[in-house]
Amino acid sequence: MAKPAADIRPNRLDKAEIDKNFADLHPPLSRSEALIEADRCYFCFDAPCTTACPTGIDIPGFIQKIRSDNVRGSAQTILRENIMGGMCARVCPTEVLCEEACVRNTHEDKPVEIGLLQRYATDPIFKNGTQLFQRAEASGKTVAVVGGGPAGLSCAHRLAMLGHQVKVFNRDSKPGGLNEYGIAAYKTVDDFAQHEVDYILSIGAIEVRSNIELGVDVTLAELRDEYDAVFLGIGLGSVNELGIENEDLPGVENAIDYIADLRQADDKSALPVGKSVVVVGGGMTAIDIAVQSKRLGAERVDIVYRRGPEQMGASKFEQNLAQTNGVTIHHWVAPTGLRDDDGAITIDVRKTELDENGRLKLIGETAIMQADIVFKAIGQRLAADKLGAELEGLKLERGKIVVDESQATSIGGVWAGGDCVMGGDDLTVSAVQHGKIAAIAIDRHLRS
Amino acid sequence: MADLTSEFLGISSPNPFWLASAPPTDKAYNVNRAFEAGWGGAVWKTLGEDPPIVNVNGPRYSALHSNDRRVIGFNNIELITDRPLQVNLDEIRQIKRDWPDRALVVSVMLPMNEETWARYVPMIEDTGADAFELNFGCPHGMSERGMGAAVGQVPEYIQMATEWCKKAATVPVIVKLTPNVTNIVPPAKAAQDGGADAVSLINTINSIMRVNYDTLTMFPTTDGMGTHGGYCGEAVKPIALNMVAEIARNAETSRLPISGIGGVTNWRDAVDFLALGASNVQVCTAAMVYGFKIIDDLTDGLSTFLDDKGMRSVAELVGKAVPSVTDWQYLNLNHVEKAHIDQDLCIECGRCHIVCEDTSHQAITNSLNGERHFEVIDDECVGCNLCVSVCPVDSCITMQPVTEGIDARTGKPIATEKANWTTHPNNPMRIANGPSGPKDE
Repeated sequence: MAKPAADIRPNRLDKAEIDKNFADLHPPLSRSEALIEADRCYFCFDAPCTTACPTGIDIPGFIQKIRSDNVRGSAQTILRENIMGGMCARVCPTEVLCEEACVRNTHEDKPVEIGLLQRYATDPIFKNGTQLFQRAEASGKTVAVVGGGPAGLSCAHRLAMLGHQVKVFNRDSKPGGLNEYGIAAYKTVDDFAQHEVDYILSIGAIEVRSNIELGVDVTLAELRDEYDAVFLGIGLGSVNELGIENEDLPGVENAIDYIADLRQADDKSALPVGKSVVVVGGGMTAIDIAVQSKRLGAERVDIVYRRGPEQMGASKFEQNLAQTNGVTIHHWVAPTGLRDDDGAITIDVRKTELDENGRLKLIGETAIMQADIVFKAIGQRLAADKLGAELEGLKLERGKIVVDESQATSIGGVWAGGDCVMGGDDLTVSAVQHGKIAAIAIDRHLRS
Repeated sequence: MADLTSEFLGISSPNPFWLASAPPTDKAYNVNRAFEAGWGGAVWKTLGEDPPIVNVNGPRYSALHSNDRRVIGFNNIELITDRPLQVNLDEIRQIKRDWPDRALVVSVMLPMNEETWARYVPMIEDTGADAFELNFGCPHGMSERGMGAAVGQVPEYIQMATEWCKKAATVPVIVKLTPNVTNIVPPAKAAQDGGADAVSLINTINSIMRVNYDTLTMFPTTDGMGTHGGYCGEAVKPIALNMVAEIARNAETSRLPISGIGGVTNWRDAVDFLALGASNVQVCTAAMVYGFKIIDDLTDGLSTFLDDKGMRSVAELVGKAVPSVTDWQYLNLNHVEKAHIDQDLCIECGRCHIVCEDTSHQAITNSLNGERHFEVIDDECVGCNLCVSVCPVDSCITMQPVTEGIDARTGKPIATEKANWTTHPNNPMRIANGPSGPKDE
């Protein structure tokens, strides 16, 4: 019997179905929905939700303002702590942050919908381009920000507010970083990432230079020389390898590359989609590629993860999202080899368990799975190969840049934040906070 | 099943819930629907002299809303009936004929001269209506013409008009009082002195709902200008309850039957009025907000409540709480309570802490060993009930009497004997050695 060749093709679904599948995952609240939901907030003392927010947004404060119909004031309360409050309202795993801390969980297991309320408050600001922030008197200092993602843009905006000139060096052709290229499309519809970038830049004093890559087009030494301070928000440029045979087979792809193509595609139905897809990994990216593959028309999508549901980087909500989209998650299974199967791919897998020392070990027989496409989504790392020379002198730990509590690196005049630093946790909200803290520290440094 | 049958001034109705004189009782169509729904009685919307008055052709009502648009308070500028007298009389006659088991009372408002009362009262009584209710309460429009609240605010006028009505009527006369006075007892007393068989209260309270935030004019308006209306609905119930209790506990008026009105929305509100001295209740706003169907909850809830209390009739409930209402000076100053937080129910919102810290007695902690934790500090707690009032969890914080030992706040032993302001050393007017208590106790 002839083995099937890889079945990878575009137009698995028509445009109408694709549009439906990639519509807003959490549609915005109407005014009356928002007022009712806002009424559920207890206005807690020293609110646990605020403590749980990496950017420390005064959540009861902004909800109180929604309740009194002071929506612009509410947006200001949010955005002054988190300039990407609009994106965070869409992509934050609120169920493990603010909403997990909500005291309503104690008796009703139904927290206030903080994320949706935050979106309700901030949407009009971006839609109308209402400027809520002013630049302080010009300091005459200029700061280089490397990376146009959440950490870099947050840092740039705060620096501009504090009166400094900022030059953002961005590797991609558009600013926004993973907000623009990484997040699942149904979480940020209608080009919101670029609207947010436009809003951030509209404060002025920020110049973005695109298609400039650190270590290729510019060096850290040059930047240190030329600018009064440098902030590195360079993210993680390289994708982790599975470390098994035949990883370079056609049809074995990096999830983040495919997602970037998907996010930039004008017509998603034109994207080639495998009939059968296997995703290796357990984080947000694994869920994003799995669910989006399904929504593009893949018939069968399996996630293979070598540990259990509790260890998955993806939140419970994300895991449920995958499952309700028809994705099968296989826990305690690891791929051990990849083979070309007349164009399709055969994946050797084995079960795993923890040994007495808590280390993962392979057990049992080798089984096989078959797929047209295999996506690798087991995390990213600092692109040390490209950055080799640049990173010289920068203290690293487990492949990430070491920073202190003010986001200062081991090199004087250089700060860093976001996914590239130790303590970075792949969250937009944390990257925004790093950028904000660094900007405040840089300002202090430049004025001392 | 408790018997909900109500006797008020000898007028029997299948339950103690009457529709108050207001838009819901404006005409036969509405009253028919109400009686079909099960209402015990209705007070027909106030009749006046012909030619009838007119109403504005724009907003008559406005509401105080919660964020989910629940109506908490309600305001109206509607006047008395705007239909010809004969139309009303014919309909009243027909309704009474069709619904002989229901109470049908007619509200009236007439100018301050005896001849007018002598002319209209027999004409109205001829419909077969069970009683009159004198509208001395309407606070808008009619009061500008010397009627409604303009009468209700002057006890002498109340007495005078009541006497005129009593002289012309053979059926009972109820006087409906306005709350727009500083003390409700003199108007009640005046009604009694004028021969009133009962009082009903409260009518609506002078009110302006809000401004329009775009135009910065009052809201709502009639072509840009507005006028104060009468406030009613749930928000006014506490004001009404106080006035009912004041009349019920005053030695001079305590025997005057009361029909309780003001924010009755569910059966518990009715229990409040009845226990504080009303013999039945009248409802308007709740019906105008939800329709007549609420009568099911009112009757069923009251009946179940009476069963649970082992009471066989509404009459057993009437006035039950009146003896517990007194003047401040007679409150036992030796009684000590402290708040107690049930840690199993506490959701740690910290509302109790922050309100006590900011606005009261700094008597609730916010942490224990560095952890979020809220607990009452007995050394500071004055037992004010603020924390209980703001706690979002029912029964999480309770007030608990301290009956023995030392009051941790004052360091003084808990006294078993009672003592009140009348004998307190700080009272310059104190009674030297004295027993103390309300004079009528």
